[in-house]
Amino acid sequence: MTETRDIALAVNGQPRRATVETRTTLVDLLREEFRLTGTHVGCEHGVCGACTVLVDGEAVRGCLLLAVQADGARVETVESLAPDPEHLNPLQTELVRHHGVQCGFCTGGILMSLTAALRDNPRPTETEIRDTLAGHLCRCTGYQGMVDAVLALVESR
Amino acid sequence: MKPPRFSYHDPTTVEEALGLLTRHGDAAKILAGGQSLMPMLNFRLVRPGHVIDINRLGDLATVVPGPDGGLQIGALVRQRALERSALIRERCPLMALALPFVGHAQIRARGTLGGSLAHGDPAAELPAVMVALGARLTLRSARGRRTIAAEDFFLSSLATALAPDELLTEIALPPWPARTGSSLQEVAIRRGDFALGGVAATLTLDAQGRVGDARIVCFGVGPRPVRATAAERSLVGGAPSATALAEAGRLASASVEPSDDIHASGAYRKRLAGVLAARALATALESAAALAA
Repeated sequence: MTETRDIALAVNGQPRRATVETRTTLVDLLREEFRLTGTHVGCEHGVCGACTVLVDGEAVRGCLLLAVQADGARVETVESLAPDPEHLNPLQTELVRHHGVQCGFCTGGILMSLTAALRDNPRPTETEIRDTLAGHLCRCTGYQGMVDAVLALVESR
Repeated sequence: MKPPRFSYHDPTTVEEALGLLTRHGDAAKILAGGQSLMPMLNFRLVRPGHVIDINRLGDLATVVPGPDGGLQIGALVRQRALERSALIRERCPLMALALPFVGHAQIRARGTLGGSLAHGDPAAELPAVMVALGARLTLRSARGRRTIAAEDFFLSSLATALAPDELLTEIALPPWPARTGSSLQEVAIRRGDFALGGVAATLTLDAQGRVGDARIVCFGVGPRPVRATAAERSLVGGAPSATALAEAGRLASASVEPSDDIHASGAYRKRLAGVLAARALATALESAAALAA
């Protein structure tokens, strides 16, 4: 027997409604129902960080939250970052410039964690940046480019 | 994988949640922060018939200063909220020291204090901290309410004193004693990973600068938090000399019997417990001495 619920939430500033199976995770709702595929599904147990999105401003794992639990919440995904389809935001630009991106699988989640961390603390130290990145796995870059990117962003402000 | 099918309940009062637990008991799992339960659901390591989501129980999400100078913490308070709380830093420095070691910030944003305790992972920091601090846990069911010392709550790996119809609702911490320093030390492969071993310790100096009290709790080196009572006793009443702290470390190591797994051998973990206990005591002594000065 399939159990469903009707939910309403704000995704990237847009009011959205959906009928979800109660066992559906938030990341699957975002990807399968809303077709916001910039948020990736990696390990499904909270370790890799690829599914990280912001829920009511906090960076959380999209695979460890049921979609029904996001009823009434404000969700932000990586699709909300770029100001328009032709341009990247300053954090994205620095990440590209400093080779903090290679295959891109982890990038969406990392951008969202860094976005939340930079709102909390606009001038993080290298240690604080590494603490934020510790919640993510990247098998390409070795993380150094990401650290450099955030430091450059902080410097440019 | 994806979670198996279950009936989802999101009660809005504690009484309603307790009613659901009475009805569904063994077939139900409580969903708090979900940072341990959701992975187990995604991997289908658990297949509960009912998931009772307590996130709408706002009454359980508050930190209140206790009348005795301690703290009363609702089971649903997020770890991230505790980490940001000035009240926690002031009244419970050991918890403030421990929180940055709990998972990652993205996990702490959802993870709750009560969830971590009720899950009872032997490598988790917060259960050990609760034992070190002498916390008392309130367990409620439709049958009534009882309180239990943290030390008696953790039975074995992922097993606690919670009956199937009980809900952990509140954690009461005693007032922080005077001239008391604390420390949490752990070794993990990466920051935020499960600890290979760790120690939470408090050390209280008396008016003469001798050790008035000491609490040493090892985690990740047994099926539950292990209080190193012989090590504690060896310190009390004596001068907190380097020799005394080293001896306490040796006794702490002797008090644990960790087993091998793919991450580390039992012998390594046993040695680690002693090294970290001595290190935690030395750090706790520094802050106790600063407070006593």
